[in-house]
Amino acid sequence: MSHTVLASGMAAETQSLTFWILAVVSVTAALVLAPRAVHCAVLLAIVMLCLAALYALLGAPFLAFVQVIVYTGAVLMLFLFVLMIVGVSSRDSLVETIRGQRLAAGLVGIGMLVLLSLTVGHAAIGPAAPVGPNYSATNVNGLAKLIFTTYVYPFEITAALLITAALGAMVLAHLERTGPKPTQRTLSRLRIASGRSAPLPGPGTYARHNAVDMPALLPDGSQSELSVSPVIAGRQDPRLSELGAAPPADPQAPGGTLPPDSDSSEPPGGDSEHEGARW
Amino acid sequence: MVSPAHFIALSVILFVIGGVGVLVRRNAIVIFMCVELMLNAVNLAFVAFSRMHGNLDGQVIAFFVMVVAAAEVVVGLAILTTIFRARRSASVDDESLLKY
Repeated sequence: MSHTVLASGMAAETQSLTFWILAVVSVTAALVLAPRAVHCAVLLAIVMLCLAALYALLGAPFLAFVQVIVYTGAVLMLFLFVLMIVGVSSRDSLVETIRGQRLAAGLVGIGMLVLLSLTVGHAAIGPAAPVGPNYSATNVNGLAKLIFTTYVYPFEITAALLITAALGAMVLAHLERTGPKPTQRTLSRLRIASGRSAPLPGPGTYARHNAVDMPALLPDGSQSELSVSPVIAGRQDPRLSELGAAPPADPQAPGGTLPPDSDSSEPPGGDSEHEGARW
Repeated sequence: MVSPAHFIALSVILFVIGGVGVLVRRNAIVIFMCVELMLNAVNLAFVAFSRMHGNLDGQVIAFFVMVVAAAEVVVGLAILTTIFRARRSASVDDESLLKY
């Protein structure tokens, strides 16, 4: 039975060509020193997909699929979710804080490489076993038989480990509430008592554009830096400098630094209701 | 013809890259990714040895390594999120509070 994922039936030249392409791509992706964590995640995804293809080349179709589904699908998505929490723009500082750490790390790496190469070089690594029933369509059956007979105790312990890890993650991510939870009644009482029954303006309010990169205007006409995400504000700077110099002071909005394209005919209502609590 | 020795050499190279990454990088998330790279390299060696011996034990062990790595990532990233909530930083240089 010919198996699409299983590469054992491939010609030897095709096999070695596939191996070399995958090896070069995976080592290159692993070597790139991307300062941004998001780029590192994408490069790691490339390495993992290459490894999945290598598993298929080695006659392990089940592991190849698990690699794609569990590693590239679940684990890397988890990494990306945490990166969203920590901040997509989080980058690695490339400054050496400990003197000579890079050099020492490089030496340790070279030493590890030499040691492992010598060990592997001295080991008697034989040729691949002849293609048996383990590498054909019964690969999954053989794995299942092994997991549920010989390795049934490790399997059960792994189940306990997974439950413990899930519980631990829930406990670690749990936030303790310091005060009593405000009810809807107390929230609405506070809102009415504050004098501002409507929520505060979001980004883009009173501006000519309602894009998220337009800052909200405070009642005195100045821009609220809090209303624009720092990531967008960081990106916005070069574009603003291209458009023109610093925005001229608007006579209609005292103390205001409106951007040049914001409409001065829409002054913010200069009411004094901005003292209300922020909901 | 590609022999299992080729795969094991590739696994050694990826393992060393991951180890150096753990030593060099500062961002805790990137360090985690490097640990994942090392685990993946070991998995590749397991599968290559399984191919060499012609039985499936290596593949089963690689499967277990994947499960343990998934559990490790879940707990580790939860710890990272907690640290980030308290310190507003994901850099390992800033986590020196226990020292003082």
